[in-house]
Amino acid sequence: MIRVQREDFDPGRELAALTAGNHRVGGLAVFVGLVRDMAGDETVGAMTLEHYPGMTEKMLERIEAEARARWPLEASLVIHRYGRLEAGERIVMVACASAHRQAALEACGFLIDWLKTKAPFWKLEEGPVGAKWVEARESDDAAAARWAPQEPDAVE
Amino acid sequence: MKLLYFAWLRAKTGVAVEEVTPPGEVTTVGDLLAWLKGRGPGYAEALADLQVVRVAVNQEYAEPDQPVGPDDEVALFPPVTGG
Repeated sequence: MIRVQREDFDPGRELAALTAGNHRVGGLAVFVGLVRDMAGDETVGAMTLEHYPGMTEKMLERIEAEARARWPLEASLVIHRYGRLEAGERIVMVACASAHRQAALEACGFLIDWLKTKAPFWKLEEGPVGAKWVEARESDDAAAARWAPQEPDAVE
Repeated sequence: MKLLYFAWLRAKTGVAVEEVTPPGEVTTVGDLLAWLKGRGPGYAEALADLQVVRVAVNQEYAEPDQPVGPDDEVALFPPVTGG
């Protein structure tokens, strides 16, 4: 399941709902992204996340479907917020449940890495000298590239 | 053709959404970007470095050689920074 929303979410409640009643799940991996108060050397009080309604959901659904095709998952969840978020607030949550830990952990890593390079979101940070658009990082591309299908252990 | 601009591309062009009718020789994403550059200083600045401009046609990532037509929704935006 994917959700794009302005509101905050409760990770504990989301995780409980994700696996409720499914006793085949033996491993549940989760990543929660928060707004940091520093960008490089500059303090950041808040940021505004912009997105492309329609395409965002489409990309997240596609990324999730790819994870479900590559790993034997019992359940998966991606929640991504938009709008103005202050330091310390939750931005994103990815959770994957599987019979065993390896699939859950790998799929969770795949989802967050791919999301960062494919899902149309943009961060505008509010710093001491005004607002600044965050630039894409090459390290994020490299992280996503680790999951390219030609990897020997990838399941086509 | 419906054009959408996001993040600093919107800020630089000063436009979020617009309907355009490019000349007939504009048949691909690459043609469209070249034509848009000539529409004013904001567009020229926004599209000065195409390395940092991503294009989606009908909400799918597109390369410069992809065809575009009057019924398409074309979005221009910087490399994404979510997550």
